[in-house]
Amino acid sequence: MTNRNHRKFEEVCRILEKNGNDPARLIPVLQQVQEVYRYLPEEIMSFVATSLNISPAKVFGVATFFSHFTLKPKGKYIIRVCDGTACHVKTSTGILDALYKKLSLSEKINTTPDMLFTIETVSCLGACGLAPAVVINERVYGQMTPEKTSEVLDGIIKTEEKQKEAVNA
Amino acid sequence: MPETLSLKEIGLGYSRLKNGIKARVVVCAGTGCVANGSLEVFDALKKSLEQNGLDVVLELKKEENGTLLSKSGCQGFCQMGPLVTIFPQGVLYTKVKPADAEEIVTATIKANKLVERLVYSNPSTGERTAILSEIPFYKKQHRYVLKSCGVIDPEDINEYIADNGYSSAENAAFNMSPEVICRDISASGLRGRGGAGFLTGRKWDMARIQKSAKKYIVCNGDEGDPGAFMDRSVMEGNPHSVIEGMIIAGLATGADEGIVYVRTEYPLAVKRMRKAVADAFALNILGSNIFASDKSFNISVMEGAGAFVCGEETALLASVQGERGMPAPKPPFPAQSGLWEKPTVINNVETLATVPLILRHGTAEYRKMGTEKTPGTKTFALTGHVANTGLIEVPFGTTLRHLLNEVAGGVTGEDGSVSLEAFKAVQIGGPSGACLTRDHLDLPLDFDSLKSIGAMVGSGGLVVMNTCTCMVAISRFFMQFTQNESCGKCVPCREGTKQMLNLLDDILEGRADDTTLPLLEELAVAVQRGSLCGLGKSAPNPVLSTLKYFRQEYTAHIKEHRCPSGSCKAFIQYSIDPALCKGCMLCAKKCPSGAITGELKKPHKINTAACTKCGICVASCKFKAIKGAA
Repeated sequence: MTNRNHRKFEEVCRILEKNGNDPARLIPVLQQVQEVYRYLPEEIMSFVATSLNISPAKVFGVATFFSHFTLKPKGKYIIRVCDGTACHVKTSTGILDALYKKLSLSEKINTTPDMLFTIETVSCLGACGLAPAVVINERVYGQMTPEKTSEVLDGIIKTEEKQKEAVNA
Repeated sequence: MPETLSLKEIGLGYSRLKNGIKARVVVCAGTGCVANGSLEVFDALKKSLEQNGLDVVLELKKEENGTLLSKSGCQGFCQMGPLVTIFPQGVLYTKVKPADAEEIVTATIKANKLVERLVYSNPSTGERTAILSEIPFYKKQHRYVLKSCGVIDPEDINEYIADNGYSSAENAAFNMSPEVICRDISASGLRGRGGAGFLTGRKWDMARIQKSAKKYIVCNGDEGDPGAFMDRSVMEGNPHSVIEGMIIAGLATGADEGIVYVRTEYPLAVKRMRKAVADAFALNILGSNIFASDKSFNISVMEGAGAFVCGEETALLASVQGERGMPAPKPPFPAQSGLWEKPTVINNVETLATVPLILRHGTAEYRKMGTEKTPGTKTFALTGHVANTGLIEVPFGTTLRHLLNEVAGGVTGEDGSVSLEAFKAVQIGGPSGACLTRDHLDLPLDFDSLKSIGAMVGSGGLVVMNTCTCMVAISRFFMQFTQNESCGKCVPCREGTKQMLNLLDDILEGRADDTTLPLLEELAVAVQRGSLCGLGKSAPNPVLSTLKYFRQEYTAHIKEHRCPSGSCKAFIQYSIDPALCKGCMLCAKKCPSGAITGELKKPHKINTAACTKCGICVASCKFKAIKGAA
């Protein structure tokens, strides 16, 4: 355990160094930390604060202000349903409801217990020409319907199961 | 100082390399087309070209003969993507799939024949148009800032230079004093495209006269308005034009450092801007002694972290400094005391991309477009219920009717038909903006005439809504957005938007009474007056404007518990028309709550008590037998 923690902080040190230990670069530092850990663990935020010589409250304040940062671990696949104006008028909420239902999730509990999926909404992805849009990790899916989204998810679930089987075998 | 070629030599060199190129295939690689699979199309085209024995040139680095295959930024016609344009013919193919590549190569490139099924066909008239510039969507526009977007390769700085790129910045560095640059930009009448329409030249002048050894130029690429993607497209499609604009702004104000702030939701724009900046440094267009002059200018790219309020300039600066993005009171204006308390000019992406063109073609030429008080062109993101969604550019003063009829190709109704009949309203300026209705179809779109009716150009999002859209629900949607994005500094904005949202929910869910609307209006004015920044000041706009033009919809919800558009869940009742129902059982199978019962080949019934009003049955019925009424 200690060993793993040690390695954890090494990574953070590297990020801090790359940003010149500059408190003005707090946002890029947190972005890079999140890229590595996929969320912002509390102990790492405290470590960042101490290293940059600012209060943990400030780091926590910035981390909670911006919607890009998350303090909770997220699933392997982050499904972001666009609810920008263009997607909204083309009924993106139907997709969201269907996804919540399919994965038994809600606005409050938005990550599946197996840590495979997290459902989020975003205000606008700028892919309005393809409204309604859904993004799963980096991939954008345009002109979606609840059924099409469900099919995409089934595809992912199947690939995951196959991988699991391969590992078990 | 590194030895570098002059712009002219680079441009000439590029043109020479291009001589050997007989045909060019441009694949749109904007966010929209990539989502539709344009990168796979690109690979398939490459393979087909090679298999057909044609030399494929991917990068013009040395003199070569063959077909140049390149990716471009957003061409604007996102709905029709993936788009492939073929030169010298200028043919545009729409909705291209990897399987089409072979035929494009053998027919069009080798034999100069059209692939008919990929040719654009007008959704309302069925008319087919093969040549890009002849397609009404493009023909009825005036592409000025977007002219090179979607044509040139955004990742090849040489092509931008060959297109006269960076010549304005070079000329400004050698032949223009800061006063002259500010004077020219003021004379052009260029107004900031970020929303408020402040004169760019005046903003620069204000920063220019500040006595400070350090000044900053910030490019605001934090395009947060839902339904707007103009800045994304410019950054993805022609990043060097933004850099050139920033260099000129730096020369005009005496700033030697620039920051491009791009929102994190635009990963491709971040990537292209970063590459463009690196390429410009390599050619000494950025750095110390740019163009071998005595001037210096450096640029760094910063990624935002997801906060709408950071589009507000003081909030943006706070986040660049590593703080919570909260707005600060003005004055002092950023031009006087901005980033690290130094004079800072913050310009929008589109504004900066326009600057080099003004200097290149002259202010008189620029003033020929648009209106007297608002010269030039404006890009709009045209989305929602229209036949052609996408990115467009027209001169200021163009009417909504022209946009909807000619460029957008008409408004789509619920049944998929295309006409102006289905038009109800258009939201302009996003969550800070207002709605325009049928009454405004002939209003010239520019800063002043929109302001006179309580609307704004905003960043340029145009979301078109058809008659099936409930305006109360739309205003709730915007209120939810601003409530979420309120930074929490001012009580009227933080608490006021929350209470307004509650009142709107009361209306939409049937709990409202006679006191609701007066309270909502009173609160709207209080939030408007009591907030510090533009977010709070403009948050009530959608509510106020829908109240102004669609008050009867509000009263119908409140007094009659009825949604005139038939879209509000709380009031909707689904029923099956026994005359139309064929008893196919599809709806019963699809219904997630088991509310539909019936036997095969006999009309089905909906148990309204069990119905969750999800609408899946309506979408699944092939006979249009299920209707929702409110």
